[in-house]
Amino acid sequence: MFSFITRRLLVAVPTLLILIVLSAVLMHAAPGGPFNSERKLPAEVVANLQAKYGLDQPLWWQIWTYIRDLVLHFDFGPSFKYKDRTVNDIIAQGFPVTLIYGFWSFIIATILGIAAGIVAAIRHNTATDYAVLSVAIIGAALPGFVIAPILVLFFTLQMGWLPGGGWENAEWRYLVMPVIALSTGYIASIARLMRSSMLETLNSNFVRTARAKGLPEWKVIVRHVMKPALLPILSYLGPVFVGMITGSVVIDMYFSTGGIGKSFVDSALNRDYSVMLGVTLLVGALTILFNLIVDVLYAFIDPKIRY
Amino acid sequence: MKKQLLLSTILSLTLASGAFAAMVDPAETLGENQTFAFWLLDSITTLDPQLIESVEDSDVARQLFEGLYTEDGNGDLVDAGAVGFTVSEDKLTYTFTLRPEAKWSNGDPVTANDYVYAWQRLVDPATASSYAWYMELMQVANATAVTAGEKPLTDLGVKAIDDLTLEVTLITPIPYFRKMLVHASVLPVHKASIDANGAKWTDPGVLVGNGAYTLTELKPGEKAVVTRNKMYWNDAATVMESGSFLTVNDENIAFTRYEAGELDTVGIPTGMYPELSKSRPEEASSAPRACTYYYLLNMDAEKGPEALRNVNVRKALSFAVDRDILVEKVLQSGQIPAYTLTPGAMAGFTVPAVDYAGMTQEARVEEAKKLLSEAGFTPENPLKLTLNYNTSEGHKSIAVAIQQFYKAVGVELTLNNMEWQVHSDIMHERTYEMARSAWCGDYNEASTFLDLFTSSSGFNDVAYKNEAYDKLMADSKTMEDPQANYTQAEQILAADMPIIPIYHYTSSRMLKTDVHGYPKNNVFGTWYLKELYRVAQ
Amino acid sequence: MVTADLRAGDLSRITDNAEIKGRSLWADARARFVLNKAAVASVFVLIFVAFFSIFGEAVAPWTNEEIDFNVIGSADTKGMPSIETGHYFGTDDLGRDLFARTAQGTRISLMVGFVGTFIAVVVGTVYGAVSGYVGGRTDAVLMRIVDILSAIPFMFVLILLLVMFGRSMFMIFVGIGMLSWLGMARIVRGQTMSLKHKEYIEAARASGVSTWKIILRHIVPNLMGVVVVYTTLLIPDMIMAESFISFLGLGVQEPLTSLGALISEGSKSILQSSIQPTLWQLYFPLILFVATLYAFYFVGDGLRDALDPKDR
Repeated sequence: MFSFITRRLLVAVPTLLILIVLSAVLMHAAPGGPFNSERKLPAEVVANLQAKYGLDQPLWWQIWTYIRDLVLHFDFGPSFKYKDRTVNDIIAQGFPVTLIYGFWSFIIATILGIAAGIVAAIRHNTATDYAVLSVAIIGAALPGFVIAPILVLFFTLQMGWLPGGGWENAEWRYLVMPVIALSTGYIASIARLMRSSMLETLNSNFVRTARAKGLPEWKVIVRHVMKPALLPILSYLGPVFVGMITGSVVIDMYFSTGGIGKSFVDSALNRDYSVMLGVTLLVGALTILFNLIVDVLYAFIDPKIRY
Repeated sequence: MKKQLLLSTILSLTLASGAFAAMVDPAETLGENQTFAFWLLDSITTLDPQLIESVEDSDVARQLFEGLYTEDGNGDLVDAGAVGFTVSEDKLTYTFTLRPEAKWSNGDPVTANDYVYAWQRLVDPATASSYAWYMELMQVANATAVTAGEKPLTDLGVKAIDDLTLEVTLITPIPYFRKMLVHASVLPVHKASIDANGAKWTDPGVLVGNGAYTLTELKPGEKAVVTRNKMYWNDAATVMESGSFLTVNDENIAFTRYEAGELDTVGIPTGMYPELSKSRPEEASSAPRACTYYYLLNMDAEKGPEALRNVNVRKALSFAVDRDILVEKVLQSGQIPAYTLTPGAMAGFTVPAVDYAGMTQEARVEEAKKLLSEAGFTPENPLKLTLNYNTSEGHKSIAVAIQQFYKAVGVELTLNNMEWQVHSDIMHERTYEMARSAWCGDYNEASTFLDLFTSSSGFNDVAYKNEAYDKLMADSKTMEDPQANYTQAEQILAADMPIIPIYHYTSSRMLKTDVHGYPKNNVFGTWYLKELYRVAQ
Repeated sequence: MVTADLRAGDLSRITDNAEIKGRSLWADARARFVLNKAAVASVFVLIFVAFFSIFGEAVAPWTNEEIDFNVIGSADTKGMPSIETGHYFGTDDLGRDLFARTAQGTRISLMVGFVGTFIAVVVGTVYGAVSGYVGGRTDAVLMRIVDILSAIPFMFVLILLLVMFGRSMFMIFVGIGMLSWLGMARIVRGQTMSLKHKEYIEAARASGVSTWKIILRHIVPNLMGVVVVYTTLLIPDMIMAESFISFLGLGVQEPLTSLGALISEGSKSILQSSIQPTLWQLYFPLILFVATLYAFYFVGDGLRDALDPKDR
């Protein structure tokens, strides 16, 4: 197991390096630059800006220095748009925000999704099944930019229960709407996956055997169905977790959380090269990490799997 | 010489009454809660005055730093860091007397060296400020050479004669020089704290400013909080204890948060002004801004379309735009139809009469059809053009409406929505046909607009060149009253039509009724928290 | 955008059963599918939506781009749905007919769904089949590429692609499609690896059929079950992705529109409803959007159940 983890982590290094090069090339190939403005800047101003941020160097050199600073100093470089902040500052401020609301959304989406999936599977092809699925799918089909204003309309304007946005260091009142908005979409996916996974397990031979032994249905489900049915969910939850803790642009926009989700889109649109690279690397590294964690968990849950 | 100097000193004293503070009417009772929450559309990017580029940053920085002058609600200068000035006979040397009691928030006195440091810092190649060109625009001696790294910082035309005397040398005697000093780029900064803290010097608790407030909290994308600066020289007159600046990226959500009492002022979302101005006139207001929205017509001899090199085609394209419908039906916030480049809101500027402004829209459409057919474009052989605009709901609505206006005169307009970075690249490279653009004045004088389309301007993305126009603008720099030249320049623009002026901006906002002292009419949206106060209700 | 992995789990069990049953499988599947009422109803919903998107504009008295100058600027008082004015779904703030625009927008959204999915399925199937069939070092390299690509945030690449190559419908189709084939490739590869050692493949190889021919003639047709299910489940994801692109303002060019763009524009009426009610601008496109996605999900689930003989 230990050598498996080491091997995977070693493979992660070249993967991340390729990710850096690929993203950097793609970014620089896009038209426009970080210093575009309504007024065409005088040549001497542009020259100073490029010199300050190293854009006057060849691309391969820029990539090399980026990797060097990253490895030696864990320095993601300065932001091009947030003039006196570094990418480290931006991630340090924005990532904890999305981590918190993403984490709670994940917990809620997982619990509700799995519960809904189980109910639907047990009541397969009944009204309950259809009702559960329908509600879940409508939740998934409503875009975030529709859910967010509806939440604000209801909780803030009509009921006056919650503030319409802000973060205030994750005080619960500021957390409710982002968590609802983010988890809604995922509940459906998890529910549908859980339902089909349950159905498969319910039809498998060992469950038939268990039933034949005369065990009550709920015991069959708890003892024999739950664990194998949860396995496929696990591999899905890895990337979902990463997706949730890195936030959503819609939520950061509508609820002014100051989270990192908005930096994704903003940095791409502003050509804030270093922030774009930093965020891409963050997501890339987290994706690799959580896929590894999922694989390790698998081995613990399912003794048949050996690495 | 001496007489002249004295005269200008007296003038400056009469024009600039003492620094503004909250002007509480004795009949009003102050409210208990003296805090103010202001809406920012976008995240704060930096509070370093020399690096600031956005309106949001300026709104916060103005509370933290104080320059030589501030502006009152009508856009007139108010003494702030300066208490007087003299100007030489050739109008090239300005000598400012600084306020002796002014202090930084750590207790250090504000000296002329702080201004010299800040101004040098703006053009220092190591700072690499995007706004370094502002110093060039101010015509300060050697600004360009210093920015280019060809001369040392000390050659910049700004000197500290002594602690309280600042001398600025210009290369062109622009009459509006002092008006340019309100801008965030030339706010003084505190050298010792920058040296000690590097890029972290703008962090809350670290930042040393000379404004009426200090920074207590900064979470870009969420909010910034400022609280009263006890060291400020006029702190006794400050009423508001603190201010918060909340970023809300969506105007409708911002409006909701205003309704919920989380914001004290907010821009009115598109389309809601007519209703709100009727139902809640005490809160809703709309006032002109120093901005103009227009379409560029690329006249570049190689890269522009041939048709646009024909002045009649350009005129026809301008005539066909029904500005009244755009203003009244699409924008709906009291915007002003534009037939000239410069908005009437600019100080001392009278909008000149240009011939097509006086025509009815029917007459303009007829004329447009006639001009187009003279140029060889008929419904059978329609003029086909592409309009580039950058991604925004507002730009889209206008483009869609104009596409329909053009249909009526037989012009087929293809809309090409692109994101800002690409749009600005293409504009500056002049590889477009028509493009949306807009300009907001940098200072309160018409030349901030009219200079845009001189042949040497860095903003002239349409390749417009008219020697008479260039000469009028060059001459205006030294004139006591340049209005006559401005009038002629606008008339030349209307005759050549290198751009299609569409409308002049307004700022329409909701403001809580207990907040008094807000300068709603300031054409730059410049406001100072120290002038506001809340009354008891 | 994590749905690709969901499919992987979803599909594993179909592929276990579906591959070698030949024609009888499809006949069986059809019989089973017809019994699934929700799925059948969904097929009708989809047919209806498709008809609306193709013929809706012909029925509408207004085109999708005409401005009704009687309505522009006062959509809240004059632009509501009405038979009289010919604006069956009302108008947007510019006075454009929402019936025509919704029909046209639905067409774009469906096209994005179908074309994007088609591209993803073709690329993913070929890539996965080659990787799985050839195996060895090629397989390792190809799969490593997939791993790296899937670590790059989807939206980030799509935004850059749309920026780089300009904003055309073609680019949206290709962009969305190109970024969604990774999951398909993984599934197909796994499937191919198990097919590879079946007797008929061995036989083909022994008789000297070229690798490409084996992949295209023998492997790919046997993957059809997986591909069909995956396709129906991928289409709604494509439509969702397009709506997000439209929300960012990177969608199709005006005067064309899409359901995502209409919903994004209409969503502002939620918070303006207390001042000027124009909610119809949201709910007509939203109902169509939700109904379409809903139907695709149920058809997809129905197909999967139908293709899985164990599940009764």
